[in-house]
Amino acid sequence: MTRLTGGLIDRSQTLRFTFDGQGFAGHSGDTLASALLANGVRLMGRSFKYHRPRGVFAAGSEEPNALVELRAGARQEPNSRATVVELFEGLEARSQNRVGSLRRDLLAVNDLMSPFFAAGFYYKTFMWPRAFWERFYEPAIRRAAGLGSLSKEPDPDAYDAGFLHCDLLVIGGGPAGLAAALTAARTGARVILADEDFRLGGRLLAESAPLDDAPATDWIAGLEAEFASLPNLRVMRRTTVWGTFDHGIYGAVERVADHLATPGRRVRQTLWRITARRTILAAGATERHIPFQNNDRPGIMLAGAMRTYANRYAVSPAPRVAIFTNNDDGHRSALDLAARGVEIAAVIDPREGVRAQGDYPLITGVVGNAKGRLGLTRIEVVANGGSRWIDCGALGVSGGWNPNVHLASHHRGRPAWDEARHGFLPGTDGPAGMRVAGAASGQGSTAQALASGAQAAQEALADLEISATLPDLPQAEDAGLNLHPLWHVPGKGRAWVDFQNDVTVKDIALAHQENMRPVEHLKRWTTLGMATDQGKTANVTALAVMAELTGRTIPQTGTTIFRPPYTPVALSVLGGGDTGAHFRPRRLTPTHHWATAQGAVFTEVGQWMRAQYFPRPGESHWRQTVDREVLATRKGVGLCDVTTLGKVDVQGADAGEFLDRLYCNAMKSLKVGMVRYGLMLREDGHAWDDGTCARLGETHYVVTTTTAQAGPVYRHMEFARQCLWPELDVQLISTTDAWAQLSVAGPNARRLLERIVDSFDLSNEAFPFMACAGLTICGGLRARLFRISFSGELAYEIAVPARHGNALMARLLEAGADLGATPYGTEALGVLRIEKGHAAGNELNGQTTAQMLGMGRMVSTKKDSIGAVMSRREGLAVDRRVLVGLQPVDPADPVVAGAHLFAEGAPQGTGTDQGWISSACFSPHLGHAIGLGFLENGSERMGEVIVAANPLQGQSMRLRVVSPHFVDPEGGRVRD
Amino acid sequence: MRFSGFRVFTEALRGHKGWQPLWRNPEPQPAYDYVIVGGGGHGLATAYYLATTFRQARIAVLEKGWLGSGNIGRNTTIIRSNYLLPGNQPFYEFSMKLWEGLEQELNFNAMVSQRGILNLFHTDAQRDAYRRRGNAMLLSGADAELLDSAQVRAMYPFLNFDNARFPIKGGLLQRRAGTARHDGVAWGYARGADMAGVDLIQNCEVTGFRIENGRVRGVETSRGHIGAGKVGVAVAGSSGRVMAMAGMRLPIESHVLQAFVTEGLKPVIDGVITFGAGHFYVSQSDKGGLVFGGDIDGYNSYAQRGNMAVIEDVAQGGMALMPMIGRARLLRVWGGIMDMSMDGSPIIDRTPIEGLYLNAGWCYGGFKATPASGHAFAHLLATDTPHDTARAYRLDRFARGRPIDEKGMGAQPNLH
Amino acid sequence: MLIPHPLLGLRDSSEFTYLGDAALLDRPDGMAEGAAARFHDYVHLRDNPAGIHRELWFHEQGDRSWLVVTRNTVTHEILGAELAREARLKGGAA
Repeated sequence: MTRLTGGLIDRSQTLRFTFDGQGFAGHSGDTLASALLANGVRLMGRSFKYHRPRGVFAAGSEEPNALVELRAGARQEPNSRATVVELFEGLEARSQNRVGSLRRDLLAVNDLMSPFFAAGFYYKTFMWPRAFWERFYEPAIRRAAGLGSLSKEPDPDAYDAGFLHCDLLVIGGGPAGLAAALTAARTGARVILADEDFRLGGRLLAESAPLDDAPATDWIAGLEAEFASLPNLRVMRRTTVWGTFDHGIYGAVERVADHLATPGRRVRQTLWRITARRTILAAGATERHIPFQNNDRPGIMLAGAMRTYANRYAVSPAPRVAIFTNNDDGHRSALDLAARGVEIAAVIDPREGVRAQGDYPLITGVVGNAKGRLGLTRIEVVANGGSRWIDCGALGVSGGWNPNVHLASHHRGRPAWDEARHGFLPGTDGPAGMRVAGAASGQGSTAQALASGAQAAQEALADLEISATLPDLPQAEDAGLNLHPLWHVPGKGRAWVDFQNDVTVKDIALAHQENMRPVEHLKRWTTLGMATDQGKTANVTALAVMAELTGRTIPQTGTTIFRPPYTPVALSVLGGGDTGAHFRPRRLTPTHHWATAQGAVFTEVGQWMRAQYFPRPGESHWRQTVDREVLATRKGVGLCDVTTLGKVDVQGADAGEFLDRLYCNAMKSLKVGMVRYGLMLREDGHAWDDGTCARLGETHYVVTTTTAQAGPVYRHMEFARQCLWPELDVQLISTTDAWAQLSVAGPNARRLLERIVDSFDLSNEAFPFMACAGLTICGGLRARLFRISFSGELAYEIAVPARHGNALMARLLEAGADLGATPYGTEALGVLRIEKGHAAGNELNGQTTAQMLGMGRMVSTKKDSIGAVMSRREGLAVDRRVLVGLQPVDPADPVVAGAHLFAEGAPQGTGTDQGWISSACFSPHLGHAIGLGFLENGSERMGEVIVAANPLQGQSMRLRVVSPHFVDPEGGRVRD
Repeated sequence: MRFSGFRVFTEALRGHKGWQPLWRNPEPQPAYDYVIVGGGGHGLATAYYLATTFRQARIAVLEKGWLGSGNIGRNTTIIRSNYLLPGNQPFYEFSMKLWEGLEQELNFNAMVSQRGILNLFHTDAQRDAYRRRGNAMLLSGADAELLDSAQVRAMYPFLNFDNARFPIKGGLLQRRAGTARHDGVAWGYARGADMAGVDLIQNCEVTGFRIENGRVRGVETSRGHIGAGKVGVAVAGSSGRVMAMAGMRLPIESHVLQAFVTEGLKPVIDGVITFGAGHFYVSQSDKGGLVFGGDIDGYNSYAQRGNMAVIEDVAQGGMALMPMIGRARLLRVWGGIMDMSMDGSPIIDRTPIEGLYLNAGWCYGGFKATPASGHAFAHLLATDTPHDTARAYRLDRFARGRPIDEKGMGAQPNLH
Repeated sequence: MLIPHPLLGLRDSSEFTYLGDAALLDRPDGMAEGAAARFHDYVHLRDNPAGIHRELWFHEQGDRSWLVVTRNTVTHEILGAELAREARLKGGAA
């Protein structure tokens, strides 16, 4: 055991867990990584490419090595960083990316083959023979690549999404963030403090230095007590702000229940969209390492991480450790470890003239190599022109600190190189409203962090005209780093820069040799920085190595763009829980519950659920049902809910003029009490949407749209009203959901309606085809009646306030029982309209024109209307494809929508294509299949036999070209 | 230097000392016969085919940043030829055929992987439209299969079949479609062009055109004037900005499209899958990351970054379609600038300025077109006649009323 | 993004539907001489600037106002917003 005394773990709570099936115990307050170290486990994973044995490298979210599959079953989470997994009772983790056991990974053979696997090698080989790439090489590569595994089961947990607003968002709960939050919250401003850790304090939790002569945790505890009393401050622990978006919007994920075995009744995580007027980024800094030969041995880690494990988690990776540092901070790690009883084998520091700060051996030199494949045993120290091996079980490496500028550069602002601090600081072109404080801004000592945090809060609030007083801050350490840059230790073997993706100094040199020198080429050629840690511990070091090779400075060499998210975010929570049946809302028609009771089968039409057909007992196939519904409508009367068609109320003195400009045909001339079919074009001249336009009064029209375009047409009408012709006196309101509208179609339609209208003359003379009126029905219920037909039958559409739709449907069905009243669904609706030759969505697909639809003459040349000018463009005018009816020469043949049309005997290819079938169905009225399609010169080819090719399904049918009006082509029925 | 497994082997044994630069870093010459503006995929491919297939010389590619920094450096790597319209489908099928022999042609492994693309449909009307499209593909000489729901389930059992808001009714499958390693394509063409004598000039931003009497004479650049007999502009994303320097307005808006990749995972998704009831498409890279995307953000942008609403929308689409990806973590999201044209289709054409040629308007479909686009643009530059499969991509098709509008959305770029 | 609605204050852009360049306010007269060329320009050609862009947004999930928003397409900074109706009555997109 390597547990030390003290620390911030709760020894009264022992938590049992397993790693690779072996049972261990840790304490509350441990992470999986600290608990494993406390149990003497240094080997935790395998690297991506060479499958090198790896141990934990960091103590935070930047961890590149210690990735595990966490939990089991459907909750399995691949690539979980052991350093941020809070220990809980029963935790189950497995190492990943291995074949066989973690200690004896068969793919470690890749490491022996590593000379062949240099940067970019795969671009140069695996090309012969051609077929082998997909059959052999690539599958092998895919199996070896990847890291952890998904369970392949749906995520069983619940997620949520929410919005938060604040005056000041403070990102990071370390000394700078705490000081900022305190300063701001005391003013009464709305403040959010978000921190990714489960415990506030940030770096303070990892340090031994006191604040005002007391442990830092005392100060934090005092703050937390005050925070709890401030209702204007929201403290969000376990919350990672992962992305900076426009105008002060930040993406954050709160891990609500990840520290529990299962979430129980809670959501597992919540996605927050935080809108902040001002932001302080106090995300701290990440320590960087110094590459040397075999610097990836398990047991070699960041010196600051080693200090964190000792101070916070009371654990040392080994009883005897060494430190390799080019700055004073490494010595602090040595002192803290020594103070906790860990034996310091040596501190190796390349800086001349540095003195030991405590009782430990100091060697002026560098570490040149390391041994211990599954766990560090010895390091080679190069000093005074010679070298010697020193035994140690762990080595802490410190090459300085990189400010965490990620969130400040999500808007593509470039970090700026600071020569004095040897690091990239946030640039001046960062996100509007964001200030950076503490170590993230290069203010790395505790005293600097506290002061800069408080000051940043005061300045941010001053922007908002809120006056803040700087709080009394505790006395804190204010030591510098005195860093002397050392970017890597030159040597023969492989020295790792990016651990997870196995990018070594040699790979960078090879990229240089092959002229892959721009930083983006370097990244892409070597895969540097593309692992799950996004290169948090690697990128700056790699840049420095490339700078050294090119003889340029680091800022001349470049930087990389940081992209969201700051740390990886589960797709489940990004989806916010809107999964499965809840993916999109369901819109229900007014007769939905009635239709449900009738046993209707429903279909999705956009967001709407519509009754598709109404099967009756004994009907074994949907076609049986649909045929019955169609014939019942043509012989008696059918009832269908058509509420989903868009409805727009148009009122005002200029309503007619307005509609004249919107529709390609004339509407102003429409008489009050009449309805007209209308076709809208897009401004580019193509047919867009059709519907009816009813004039209910001198200044009052009601127009309908197709179901699919209800939203876009209304938007377009508002565009025309507000943006094109604001001078017109016209008002619009969408009434799609306000009125339930039922189609009553069939020869008995009038007789049925006569039974429910309140003394209203429905005779053909009084209320002819295309008439409309407001009236009352059923003893006083307000209604609108339109004599329009989509089926070719005598038909009406009747509208009542939506809440009465259900009752109206029931009443009509009851009242019409002796007339053969039959409900029909969208399938029968489709058959009825194809039989009548009415265009619908398949014909109005946005690629057709009025001319193609046989409505070319509707486009008035006497007025300007949307799309009229562009509809006369040469290309549209010469398009001879036109809507025709199609029926099989052999009545037993099917007609298939999506088949392409060819002249009989013509070769079939793109160049000879003469059109396509847009809609098809079986016509119960005719007793064979029929279709509508667009055919080259179709109107001149009536009676011709053509070929419909459906090679996709191995079909070829001979079809006869006929009128699209299969039923009542003279239109007598609608006018009866 | 020829690449081969043998070469990798021998170089490994001698410590990789023999590898040469993939391309030179030449200084710009005072003048070239051909100047290609834009060192992205299309520009590099154009230069490659000009120098090889069309045997032209004195060619330079001018790149503002680093080679391959255009949208070929940030996309979702899908290649396919599954278009409906006769103006498009033969062109993309030509591209697919070039993909199929690309690695041997370039002696560079661009990891072309014909893993198949499955476009799912969820309504009868969608099925009819896909049937029409699938037939158009077959009639053009491409491959296509129409799958029913059971066949889709057999192929991808992890899709949401049981609890879907929009049930999967089937899919249109193109087996020859798939993915390619996007950077590898850029580098393969760059190396091939360099070996054929093309000067690839990085960090050379074009700041203006020299136009005399209606004819282009060269370009002004951040590295001085460079004379040119013909100038081909292939700067998708920035086409509007660059052509404005020649006094032209284009039927194009620049929009941001975000793309996404998860942490590396062991293989779970074999091919490319697109959702038909939401904005989501996905494949898995050879490295193991799920690479996916959705809709453009929808507003004009040159910012190369997007906003949160689309990230949530895309994740919702993914979760609705394949809930097993929930515990995968998004590693990185990035934005690219798209040349969104007025009909959703590209332009490969001459311009009213003699000697100035335009390759633009690729919307978010430019990657798969890279080989054919380069070939067709080189054809146009070298012969002044359009390539057979690219005849429809004319600049005047909008004025003449011959749009190539696959989606039927009309002249609103953010709807394509 | 947040859009400063002139009547409602800052509103999230997800409440809006985007159309495009505010030049769409200046629809040519379809009955005038040379309408075909003007419509081609109006419908198809765009300045597409990298920088300040006046553009149309519809408050679809809100009060159904069309707005002219002035926004920088490089930084996404929004410099102002007005009712499209008023912009049109003042004389169009200019």
